[in-house]
Formats: sequence, C-alpha cells, structure tokens
Amino acid sequence: MKRRAFLALLVASAAWADEPAPRVIPISARKFEFSPAELELKLGEPVVLELTTEDVHMGFDAPALGLHADILPGRVARVPFTPDKPGSFEFACDVFCGSGHEEMSGVIKVRS
Amino acid sequence: MQGIDRRQFLKVAGLGGLVFASGLARGAETYASGADEFFFVQLSDTHWGFQGAPNPDAAGTLPKAIAAVNALDPQPDFIVFTGDLTHTTDDGAERRRRLTQFKELISGLRTKEIRLMPGEHDASLDNGEAYREFFGPTHYSFAHKGVHFIALDNVSDPAGRIGDEQLAWLAADLAKQPRDSRIVVLTHRPLFPLYPQWDWATRDGDKAIELLMPHRNATVFYGHIHQEHHFKTAHIEHHAAKSLIFPQPAPGSVPKRAPVAWDPAQPYRGLGFRQIEAERGEYKLTEFPVVRV
Repeated sequence: MKRRAFLALLVASAAWADEPAPRVIPISARKFEFSPAELELKLGEPVVLELTTEDVHMGFDAPALGLHADILPGRVARVPFTPDKPGSFEFACDVFCGSGHEEMSGVIKVRS
Repeated sequence: MQGIDRRQFLKVAGLGGLVFASGLARGAETYASGADEFFFVQLSDTHWGFQGAPNPDAAGTLPKAIAAVNALDPQPDFIVFTGDLTHTTDDGAERRRRLTQFKELISGLRTKEIRLMPGEHDASLDNGEAYREFFGPTHYSFAHKGVHFIALDNVSDPAGRIGDEQLAWLAADLAKQPRDSRIVVLTHRPLFPLYPQWDWATRDGDKAIELLMPHRNATVFYGHIHQEHHFKTAHIEHHAAKSLIFPQPAPGSVPKRAPVAWDPAQPYRGLGFRQIEAERGEYKLTEFPVVRV
C-alpha cells in the first residue's frame, strides 16, 4: 500500500473509532410475544435492534418510527436506528403467526 | 386520504341500522344505460371455531346471522363473506373440520349465490391450501348487472401482501374495464394503512389502489377490523364491515388491541351484517344487527 493511502486509511479509522458504538439490543420473538416487549431508549442514542425468532417467521413493525423487519428462523435481523423524537411508539408482529398474533406487540419508549 | 363525513349517514327508522349513501358525487349519467338495480349482503369475520369470553354464544352467532339474512324480503341477489370464515388453528385437520362446518352452515342460506374469500385466520398458516380445497381460488372476478366485482386475496401470504403475481392479474383484469365502469373490490384487510400498529393494513395495498385510481367508480368493501369504518383514498371509498364474533376497538383508541368485552346487558352489541344496494351508481349501505332487540 502506498504511504499516502495508508495515512488516509489511518485517519479515517481514527475518525470512525471516535464514534460511539451503537448499543445492541437483542429482541427475541416467539408465539405470541416479544422479549423484551418494552424498550427504553435515550433520545439521540444510536442503537441496533437484533431480532431473532424462536419458532416461526415473524415480523417487527414500528410504523411511527419507520422501522420494519422480517424475522426469519435461523437468522438475525439487524435494525439500526437513532431515536429522534421522544414518546411511546408501538411495535407489533405483522406476519400472521397463529391464534395469539393479534396480541403480539410491544412499545419503544424514547426518553429525552 | 380522508374520512367520510358522518353527516352523510341517514338514520333509518325501524331498520335497527344505518343507511350510508355512497358514491353521491358520481354522475348518474354514467350509468344511464344498462345499469340494473340490485342488492347484495356482506357478512364478515365469522371466526367459526372461536371459543372465549368475548362471545359466550360463539357457536350460536353465525346461525342467528344466517336466520336474520334468510328473513330479508326480498332476498339479496348474492351474499359475500369477506374473510375470516373460521378462527385459526395450528392443526390442519381442525382447520378442515371448521371449514366443513362453515360450509354446512352457509348451505342453509336461502340465497344460493355465495361469494367467499379467505381471511388470515383461514389461510395464512397454510398459504390458503385448505381454503382452496373447499372453496376454490382465493382471488377472482365476476360481473353482476353492470358491476364488475373483484375478490382480492391479501391474506394467503402471512405477511399480508397481495403479491406481484396477483397484482399483475389485477392489472390485466382492470385493463378490460372501461374507465367509467362500476368496480367493486371485495377483500379482507384494508388496502390502505388504516392502523398498521395493529396490523390493519396490506403491505402492498398501495399498489392495488394505484391500479384502481384511473377507474373513477371504484369502491372497496372489506372486513378484518371487526367494526364499521368508512374512508376515502382520493375518490375510492373503503367500507369495513362489522364482525359476527366480537367487535374490536376503534383504531388506536386503546393502548393494546383486544376484543371489546361481551356485555350481558347488550348481547351481540357491535356485531352485524350489511345490505348494499346498487342503484344508479350509488351504493346504499344498511347495517343490520345479529338479533333485533
């Protein structure tokens, strides 16, 4: 690698290292609940939701925050976001998964 | 998108329901030739097989509704059920047992022309396999006295999508219709995002609405939300029907969606079916309770 390119990479790496790593929040889905079903986040704090399912194909939908993911068995769905408004925001499973599907929901509380 | 002004509702004495005159802004001249008057009945969300406190008479409600429809005089030209005929079960044999019982029950309707479509409770866990065994295709179209009816399936995909293949079919079906044809879409979920937080939406419903947009006389009747609801996206009206098992709360009116509790003082409150009269380019909706008080 040429010296100039190497220095540029070093500078870029240092800048990236100054950014706080986003907090990773695991969320597990199973018939018919999310765990945890209630999240408390800080306004402006970057997070990554890591969604997994213990049984069947599920969905994660928080329309007021513009967040959505399909949660497939054996995979991790990563949803990065930074809350930019305080309040309580509902999320729900939007993939029909059985007789308790309608009750499968949770809330994200964003504190200022 | 816009709501529909409640002032457009006309109270009808003696019927125990309400009449909604739909399509008032449309020019009657559009239908001056060849348009016949008729009416049909919409029933929805019967959830046959449900057991629970929200309806202590779950096994008796559908038979009562059938008796109420049979008491209509004159009888409707046809009857539609807009999905969730049965309550879901993980057991495929039990699903088929419920579909069998439902089929037997509706054979008691005096009107023999019956149009069915699935809800997510019927079809989402097996992609519509059992439903098709009993009732055939989950999407189709038919003509009746100058109105083109389209049944759309937004439930066989458990994610609540119509899907590209069916959307292409819809586009081809609509392409055969003149832009001023009367078009009625029958479906289970709302095509517009009524309240996605409660899964009251169709993921690709916007694509279906886009296809309907050039047709200036398109109207949608649907179920899923267990309550009467009226809404407009541009010129397209969307009318949700009551359930025949338990009512649901108004969109976003409570923190968590749950059936409205059964009231022993007012049994069957919030349940019912509707009559839809097609007359000179208008649809007059009359809501009926399951039982007359």
